[in-house]
Amino acid sequence: MDIVNEILEKEQKKAEKYKPITVEKHLELEFDIGTLLASDTNDLDIKSLKSDSQRDSYLNTLARDNTQLLLNKIWELPTERIDEAIVVKLPQPKTVLPRSKPVPKPKPLTKWQEFAKAKGITKNKKDKVKWDEQLQKWVPLYGFRKAVAEKEKQWLIEVPQHLDPMVDMFEKKAMEKSEKVAKNELQRLKNIARAKKVNIPRVGLPVTSDKANAAQLSTAAIVAKASTASLGKFQDKLPKEKEARGKGVHELIPGKDRKRKAPIPTPQAEKQNNLNLIDKILNKRPKIDMEKAVSKHIHEEQIQRSEEKKTMKPLKGKRKTKGGNATNFSAKKPKAGKGQRNPNKKNPGRKRR
Amino acid sequence: MKVLSEERTRALFEKLTKYIGVNVKLLIDRPDGTYCFREKKDRVYYISERLLQLAQTVKPDHLISAGTCFGKFTKTNKFRLHITALTYIAPYAPYKIWVKPSAEQQFLYGNHVIKSGLGRITENTPKHQGVVINTMSDIPIGFGVTARSTTECRHADPLATIAFHQADIGEYIRSEDTLV
Repeated sequence: MDIVNEILEKEQKKAEKYKPITVEKHLELEFDIGTLLASDTNDLDIKSLKSDSQRDSYLNTLARDNTQLLLNKIWELPTERIDEAIVVKLPQPKTVLPRSKPVPKPKPLTKWQEFAKAKGITKNKKDKVKWDEQLQKWVPLYGFRKAVAEKEKQWLIEVPQHLDPMVDMFEKKAMEKSEKVAKNELQRLKNIARAKKVNIPRVGLPVTSDKANAAQLSTAAIVAKASTASLGKFQDKLPKEKEARGKGVHELIPGKDRKRKAPIPTPQAEKQNNLNLIDKILNKRPKIDMEKAVSKHIHEEQIQRSEEKKTMKPLKGKRKTKGGNATNFSAKKPKAGKGQRNPNKKNPGRKRR
Repeated sequence: MKVLSEERTRALFEKLTKYIGVNVKLLIDRPDGTYCFREKKDRVYYISERLLQLAQTVKPDHLISAGTCFGKFTKTNKFRLHITALTYIAPYAPYKIWVKPSAEQQFLYGNHVIKSGLGRITENTPKHQGVVINTMSDIPIGFGVTARSTTECRHADPLATIAFHQADIGEYIRSEDTLV
């Protein structure tokens, strides 16, 4: 019997170490086993919470009790044994958790999509295949076997009248197609750049075609000129070269036109600056204005002439009153019946030569 | 209200000197307080420092204008004077044109000044000079640029243009919405 007692005592001691698995609560806890959540709606013991000595032990026991209840609930579920481990399948969680990541933003629209939206253009889906009258069969509009069908249909292309007869129309068509593809790719990249708000240069690669227009050539020239370490500052100029309008090459370079804000000057400094600037403008060396000089000269001449006229007039009058020997400078032949007859003269009548 | 950049200030003063010559200094160097030019939405305002400080208390979005609008900068960075600047230009202008009462209305409707409407013109006015246009009773009604010098005017035919119209007080009614 001693041995039995001993064992019993030992067991008792062991049991004292561990707390019982039953916990008493005023109100039942609310469980959400799916998320391993137990929420205790019972009132807290404010007295023990406020006292420094009891707080920790109180919180510890509270946590243990609640955890015990949660584990009890889990043990109620059907258990399985997989590889010596007891496993429980948790039910679906009931609590709705807020999402950890923000709601994804809608994809930015492409330029065409934006335009279509503004214009109210809706996309109507085309069928994948279309009945071809010429081939008398269903022909795919894109994708698998489209190229074959195309080849079958257009085995011959007529050369238009206005074109060079030696032009390979198939090659031309292929070229057009590849250009379209390239353009589409460029637009795709532009759309990506726009969506990511990346600045892209307004002009891309230099123009290689021999049919570049004047504007393209001038931009190419501006870019070429500014392609030095000093951005073309010390580059020679042609005699009649046009300056780039606006900011010049700087507007072609992305991120180049970011300006630092100038500090607001004090009123006195601003006034002084303005006065200096006005002085500079007023003291500009005047250009020789030919037109002005000529008109001034004409004006002086006119004044001189009018003064001469004023002084000449009385002289003429004197001569007339005197009559007779006024010198006539006109080179014309004297005409009859013009002069006045002077009966006192020896030989009356016109002077004959 | 922004401070004008160096090149914009230059453009502004160059334009003003065309009309009032050296008198531009008098606009800046005033005995009755400091005046300055400020820019808002490409429009240039002439404003006293005292008023500017009051205007700065208003949120920029809510401020439409403060001071006197002198004109605006075009998209190609040229300065264009507005009729609202007339009160400051007229007293200082060295070159003037007086129009006959019969031609006043024509000018106020936005037409050029022609020889038949010309009453008087300042002696020795050069060609392409900014001028203030007055009525015969010395009331300024606008400004323009001479198409002919004074001497050339004497021999011009009656329908020839003497001064190109640039702004007139009729604009207060005609382009009320675009002025400020």
